[in-house]
Amino acid sequence: MNAFHLLSLLTALPLLGAAVALLAGKHARGVALVTTLLCLALALVVWAEWSRLPIIDGYGLIEQHAWAPSLGINYYLGVDGLSALMLMLSAIVTLMSVDAAHRVHHQPGLYFALVLVLETGLFGTFTALNFFHWFLFWELSLIPAFFLIKLWGGARRGPAATQFFIYTMAGSVALLIAFLAVFLSTNSTDFPHLTLLASTGELEQMVTAHLGPVMIWLAIGVLAGFAVKVPIFPFHTWLPAAYAEAPSPVTMLLTGAMSKMGVYGLLRIALPLFGAQIALMRTPLLVLSVATVVMGAWAATAQKDLKRIFAYLSVNHLGYCLLGIFALAIPAAQTINNPAAQTNQAIVLDGVILQMFNHGLTAAALFWFVALIQQRTGGHRGIEQFGGLRKPAPVLAGLMGIALFSSLGLPGLNGFVGEFLIFRGVFPLAWVAATVSILGLLVTAAAILTVIQKVFTGPTPEHCANFPDLNHGERMALAPVIGLMFLLGILPQLIVDSVNPTVVNLLAHWRF
Amino acid sequence: MLAWTIYLSFAGALLLALMPKAKPALARWLALAVAVAGLALAVQGFAAGIGQGRVTIVDLPWVPSMGIHFLLAADGISRVLVLLTGLAAVAGVLFSWNIELRANEYFAFYLALIGGVYGVFLSFDLFLLFVFYEIAIVPKYFLIAIWGSTRREYAAMKLALYSFVGSAMVLVGLLAAYATAGSHSTGLVELAHAGLPVSFQIWCFPLVFTGFAILAGMWPFHTWAPTGHVAAPTAASMLLAGVVMKLGAYGCLRVGIALFPRGLDPWGFSFIGISSWRDVFAVLAVIGIVYGALVALAQTDFKFVIGYSSVSHMGFVLLGLMTLNQIGMTGAVMQMFSHGIIAGLLFAIVGRIVYERTHTRQLAELETMHLSKRLPFAAGAFVVAGLASIGMPGFSGFWAEMQVLVGAWKVNSWWAVIAGVGIIVGVAYTWRAMQKAFFSDALPSAHVLEEEHEHKLAAITWPEVTGVVMLVGVSLFVGVWPRILLDTIEPAVKTLLAGGAQ
Repeated sequence: MNAFHLLSLLTALPLLGAAVALLAGKHARGVALVTTLLCLALALVVWAEWSRLPIIDGYGLIEQHAWAPSLGINYYLGVDGLSALMLMLSAIVTLMSVDAAHRVHHQPGLYFALVLVLETGLFGTFTALNFFHWFLFWELSLIPAFFLIKLWGGARRGPAATQFFIYTMAGSVALLIAFLAVFLSTNSTDFPHLTLLASTGELEQMVTAHLGPVMIWLAIGVLAGFAVKVPIFPFHTWLPAAYAEAPSPVTMLLTGAMSKMGVYGLLRIALPLFGAQIALMRTPLLVLSVATVVMGAWAATAQKDLKRIFAYLSVNHLGYCLLGIFALAIPAAQTINNPAAQTNQAIVLDGVILQMFNHGLTAAALFWFVALIQQRTGGHRGIEQFGGLRKPAPVLAGLMGIALFSSLGLPGLNGFVGEFLIFRGVFPLAWVAATVSILGLLVTAAAILTVIQKVFTGPTPEHCANFPDLNHGERMALAPVIGLMFLLGILPQLIVDSVNPTVVNLLAHWRF
Repeated sequence: MLAWTIYLSFAGALLLALMPKAKPALARWLALAVAVAGLALAVQGFAAGIGQGRVTIVDLPWVPSMGIHFLLAADGISRVLVLLTGLAAVAGVLFSWNIELRANEYFAFYLALIGGVYGVFLSFDLFLLFVFYEIAIVPKYFLIAIWGSTRREYAAMKLALYSFVGSAMVLVGLLAAYATAGSHSTGLVELAHAGLPVSFQIWCFPLVFTGFAILAGMWPFHTWAPTGHVAAPTAASMLLAGVVMKLGAYGCLRVGIALFPRGLDPWGFSFIGISSWRDVFAVLAVIGIVYGALVALAQTDFKFVIGYSSVSHMGFVLLGLMTLNQIGMTGAVMQMFSHGIIAGLLFAIVGRIVYERTHTRQLAELETMHLSKRLPFAAGAFVVAGLASIGMPGFSGFWAEMQVLVGAWKVNSWWAVIAGVGIIVGVAYTWRAMQKAFFSDALPSAHVLEEEHEHKLAAITWPEVTGVVMLVGVSLFVGVWPRILLDTIEPAVKTLLAGGAQ
């Protein structure tokens, strides 16, 4: 069972890189580049190979050792299609972030070490199959993120970092308490085992027998933990400040990879274990998702700062994932003997997973462009400060335009497919929510078009006339990302095919 | 072999005390050599003891007419705590490297204290245990009174008085137990099997337990701890929080619970929901956890924050002991080890690395000093130590407190819930101290910057780096691989729970 330690190796690799980077001083970026490239290669191997190896309960590459037997804690990790895709996303986004972090003058060793520790946290979170194992990495990722904001952020970084930390920590406490209760009732914290218990209804019986009718409260605790991370309206207030104050390459990590930890948690933990309770709360949860979609979009139109605009767009885009997740949680009575509903659930889940990946890629790319613009203007990023950039910087305008249209959801680009599948599946399952959310799509389009209009078109003001275009190296670095946007827009089956078996397996184990 | 930890420490102390002239360099190297040798013996003993139960090391008749033996033995709990003592001893010497004043006397007292601590953890004869326990108190007094800082005479006296009151209570209880059992033997095993009457145990248990718990910092008898910790020189506060408080907790477990297990039985009546001594002490422990944390949150002196945090964390040890179940008591022993390492680390950073350079411990003054830039090593070390202290997964404290909470929940869910609140407050006070001391946002004026530039803080020295790396490494190692301790502690707790003492 433990013949292959590929996942442990993948998780440990960035940590090793971090140690080297810490000592490497000004060569730290090179170390980080090499490490993240190696990680990406390994993540690709995992993504391509995991399903060819023996599979247990839908998971491949399993490693399992007793960690603290008295607490039912195992060192237990494995991947399925969802995890493998998230590993790849984390590897890509971290590589992009390191690539984008050109000018770290202040303690580069520490900066890149923290980025790599964050990558370890991501890998660990996306592969863990035991709650405590998972929780360790979930918390581990929080610490470097905090210090990256706190030490390298903008003018108001202190309060932003504190707010970020306190919100996430409060969410973690809720999660921990819920799982302590689960452990006290079942003596287990392994996700596959608990999923099995939940799918037969035993989990609820055991919890109720031990602690009384608290299952719904545990579900709320777990949801709260993830709600902060994703974030779900009204728990999102930490996000704009954190995204805006963090250095742009760090924001790439926050939005590209870390926000996916929350969505992933909903899929890996909340739905499998608390499906029945979520189905009970489906309506209020759908209302919150719709609010996340619409308010996120609306807030984006009201911002003047590129980073804040993209931050709210992130809220909006992840809102679609939430919409899909909660829409598919329909009570079992309505799906049994109803193949159409089951197909819709599968479509939605496909869409959610695609959207996770595509939003990660696109949002990270957008913040990369912000970083590039800031490098050229000495930190300015208000949309009113620019105009007509397409004349002095046609390549920058063109490539960023592609990323913006991907974010808008233009067919042919990656952003379209996930949103399309989500809406296609949600309409039959929750048509009111879907209809109202369409409003979000429209407002998003307005926000993005405003950015394009203000920054790239119109007359070029004098101070922008000599705006330097992307240089050769920057174009080379961005080309694969833009290429990937087209590739996944045209051939979404590259991802869909690889996650489909997992989608079927997940839905088969969930009980609403 | 483990017995040599004791002999070696006392021999080292004697040698240093007899050294004719004050030669600080020689004294500290000698002390380091003795401490390292002790640690090596402790590691060897720990490794050799894996998978074994209680092993008798030395058994010589001492006062045959009274049945007193010089009986040294070790079970899993002893071995873990001996290991802790070894680690704390080495770290303490490293963080005393800058002691110049009467260095040989300082290290003589220091090693005598260490020897006493080793002795307590290895004694399986009640009388012998008590002798070592008393030996450990005396050097503590001098270390604080001579080399201490803030109100050192007051703190030293307070500490000594509290200790002696506790000892007196213990002594009365032990003499009574010895007499009641028939005055044949003072062996821990014999006394535990003597079948002391339940009515006797019911009154003797709280006496002995409280006597020991005073030294473990149990609320409301904790007040010696923060003042003592703050006044003590760094290495002494490391030892105080790191191992001396564990002496108290160890006594509670090895003597209090093991000799008088029926003393925890229900009284047969209930008063405001409390129906046994177990409830009483568990409630005091929980109060200590929350109270210590809340008081730490309000401190203006950096070292007091750590001092009160010790009271809070030791509450987990006492709570774990009062669960009387496998998981909770295992957690308690693990917490003794874990807190020993982490508290030592925190005191080293605050008392030695920061204070010796800034000459202030006031958070308000530290706030203006931008220590994250000027002392990045200290800032980084404190962040890691703080994370370990708040029970971040991946550090030793997480497993310990988690086990205590689970064990407590199985007995009375309210204990666990309120102790859980203590953990959250723990995050808050650690966070606050870290923010204020190292990561303040206040921007310096040009004048301050210039002055800072001119008066660079002294560079970090190798003993400091070594000590920090060692303690952080141990906490991380145990955090990543908790079974290294659990596999040793669990069988020992099991036998202790199953059959009284052994």
